[in-house]
Amino acid sequence: MSKVTYKGSLVPGVSRYSRSQRFSKRGLYLIKSKVAGVKKVSQSKEKKPSTKSAVSDLERALNRKPSTLYPAESIPKPKQTRKVHSTATLRSSIKPGTILILLAGRFRGKRVVFLKQLASGLLLVTGPYKVNGVPLRRVNQAYVIATSTSIDISDVKVGKKFDDSYFKREQEEKLKGTEEEFFGNDAKKKETPSHKVADQKVVDSQIIAKIKSDPMLKSYLNASFSLTKGQAPHLMKF
Amino acid sequence: MTAFKRFVEVGRVVLLSNGRKAGRIAVIVDIVDHHRVIVEGPTTGVHRHVASLSQVTLTDISIKDLPRTIGTAALKKAIVKSGVVESWKKTSWAKKLEVRRIRANLTDYDRFKVMRLKKQKRFIVDRQLAAVRKTQSA
Repeated sequence: MSKVTYKGSLVPGVSRYSRSQRFSKRGLYLIKSKVAGVKKVSQSKEKKPSTKSAVSDLERALNRKPSTLYPAESIPKPKQTRKVHSTATLRSSIKPGTILILLAGRFRGKRVVFLKQLASGLLLVTGPYKVNGVPLRRVNQAYVIATSTSIDISDVKVGKKFDDSYFKREQEEKLKGTEEEFFGNDAKKKETPSHKVADQKVVDSQIIAKIKSDPMLKSYLNASFSLTKGQAPHLMKF
Repeated sequence: MTAFKRFVEVGRVVLLSNGRKAGRIAVIVDIVDHHRVIVEGPTTGVHRHVASLSQVTLTDISIKDLPRTIGTAALKKAIVKSGVVESWKKTSWAKKLEVRRIRANLTDYDRFKVMRLKKQKRFIVDRQLAAVRKTQSA
């Protein structure tokens, strides 16, 4: 077993040097915002710029005053995380136009058309809404089965406006403290904003035109997926 | 008359039931002992090897008067000449295996299409049957 050495730290999370040591080592005293008395330092530098000998170095080292200010308590520094959030790589079986089977959420069992992957890594899918009632929607690829069936949507224009912010929930009016909030008069149903309805129609009309090329495809998308007796999903081909 | 129809004999066509080459047929070329035989299927992609009789299933088909430990080239000729592969494919056993293989490889959309077509067939058959019954009872 080789010994792991940490250059600046004794063990991960525990620094080799005290705070004041680090302060002087890093030359933070030269930074204006850190120390008030910058002027003095710069002046002294100007005075003797050419005395760079071993003797003067030693002299300076011996005469260097350590900082008299130490923190009363050493505050442990949390370990630095090196993990970076990146978008999930799209499964190789999922390509634009691939028909997916949703496995979770209120549309579970529905077969939908995959349009594109968003910046967050979620998949943008549509039913189409007119065919099976699934609107333009984001889904996690972990909760879908990719089928080998796909439709050619290379010339379908999916607007750039469909990003993650498009699907953000709109802030509701807060009824906090009111009688209405308490008794929950939720009689009014939330309506889909008209611009979203229009967007849905624009995308769907293009996709439905593609679906029509195959006579059974529409009813396939309309039918929901389920397992029957003796079917084991890990042994089946999709 | 003997009680058995399928014998472990040179020239007997067997179905490999286990391993990588499962589902392929081969011909018994030699008999090693009570439990093992040497099989080969040059036209079906089965190389010459010793197979345990528990790993193969005997079929009704055999090549008549096949000499023991025949060479690969000669065996290939004999198989082609006797047409055992074709006669195997004609058996309902082989057909059943083929259907099973096809069914297992159907995609989700294919399964849906099968379901729909079966429904359509059922609709037509039931209708005709009902019409026939009606005429008979009347």
